[in-house]
Amino acid sequence: MVLTIYAPLFASSKRAVVTLIEKGLEFETVNVDLLKGEQKNPEYIAIQPFGKIPVLVDGDYKIFESRAIMRYIAEKYRSQGPDLLGKTVEERGQVEQWLDVEATSYHPPLLALTLNIVFAPLMGLVADEKVIKESEEKLGEVLDVYEAQLSKNEYLAGDFVSLADLAHLPFTEYLVGPIGKANMIKDRKHVSAWWDKISNRPAWKEVSEKFALPI
Amino acid sequence: MRTIQRRLPFFTHSFSSPHLPCINSPSLLLSSPSHSHSTFNIRSKSSPIIMAAVIKVHGVPMSTATMRVLAALYEKDLQFELIPVDMRVGAHKQEPYLSLNPFGQVPALQDGDLTLFESRAITSYIAEEYSDKGEKLTCPGCKKVKATTKVWVEVEGQQFDPIASKIAFERIFKGMFGMTTDPAAVKDLEDKLVKVLDIYEARLAKSPFLACDCFTLADLHHLPAIHYLMGTDSKTLFESRPKVSEWVKKITARPAWSKVVALQKQ
Repeated sequence: MVLTIYAPLFASSKRAVVTLIEKGLEFETVNVDLLKGEQKNPEYIAIQPFGKIPVLVDGDYKIFESRAIMRYIAEKYRSQGPDLLGKTVEERGQVEQWLDVEATSYHPPLLALTLNIVFAPLMGLVADEKVIKESEEKLGEVLDVYEAQLSKNEYLAGDFVSLADLAHLPFTEYLVGPIGKANMIKDRKHVSAWWDKISNRPAWKEVSEKFALPI
Repeated sequence: MRTIQRRLPFFTHSFSSPHLPCINSPSLLLSSPSHSHSTFNIRSKSSPIIMAAVIKVHGVPMSTATMRVLAALYEKDLQFELIPVDMRVGAHKQEPYLSLNPFGQVPALQDGDLTLFESRAITSYIAEEYSDKGEKLTCPGCKKVKATTKVWVEVEGQQFDPIASKIAFERIFKGMFGMTTDPAAVKDLEDKLVKVLDIYEARLAKSPFLACDCFTLADLHHLPAIHYLMGTDSKTLFESRPKVSEWVKKITARPAWSKVVALQKQ
């Protein structure tokens, strides 16, 4: 059964890729050129009807939405590598909670920053300063909650690393890198320590090296 | 008393364009002695003296402005070195890049001891400085025809690109991140672009290329935005206008442009 991940170079796909590597899994990749609109090709729409990335194909089985893919991998390969779902129902509940927080509260303002600061210049566009300011404020409020949580627990869901932590990796790397707002992480003592831990995990280092987007 | 040194006037072209009547006056080029082309470039440390300064472009293949400059260099068959700027770590917003472009934008170009930024200023320099190499990129003929090139260069910069770039950004980059593009915003932008393209359609019915009979910077400057838009649903705006469609096919099929696109794959 060959695991194949589509569009590994892009940030949302990297949530799935890092999970595959954490679990020590062999997998293949298929590049999808989003700049040329390849995700709109009929062959791709056949496996992802929204024309979004990533998709994981596991033999005859298909699954899309990066966090759903993470959950599937973590569940299917629970017995190998770190247990990224927690050991009990309660721990699992916390993992799910913080995964949802990442999706609904952390990701949207960070995405707005990424688009405006990292990608708008590639089109020769001037960034929308109002959007940047508002996004930075919203993200700051979320990070304040994380700071409180991480002062009580080593990781978001408890004292174990989980999918919830890994889900933050790709876009937070934009935040501390090309977005140029590493201070938002560094100025928060417990968030900073948490970021250092998760971003230095060998699996994430491998993702950064092998699947860098060439901007 | 300052003396201005003049080079002998030389004739760029001796024929006039069939489209505009023109007086057969030669163009007089004044060449500043301070910017003579350096044939020796002494490098420090380990490199020996080399015979010619290599043009350096600091930028990234994904950036539309960088692509604009690369297109001009390829059209002119000029040797150059593309020096990547690691925008992922914000190198474009720090020294040493800011010494090349204080606005922290890509690209920047170095030709000997000359440093330039603003892609359209760079292409204009390339077209003038290397006027005898490769494609002309300017209209042959008298001043009136040359002025027409300037008109359409401005049209691309002021009328076409601001709208086209925003559409490309909405469709491509928001699409990349799974964000639904704002349909109202895209429609609004496309309505504006359509007005520009209707003017292009009328122009291209009278002229093979925007400015004149030849491919010029006025056409070239459009390539990056068109390249991106033709990979999106907005391509229909171009395809549904026969003259525009023909022009798009012509300019995007140019070998020099294919080389620029190939760089994105590396």
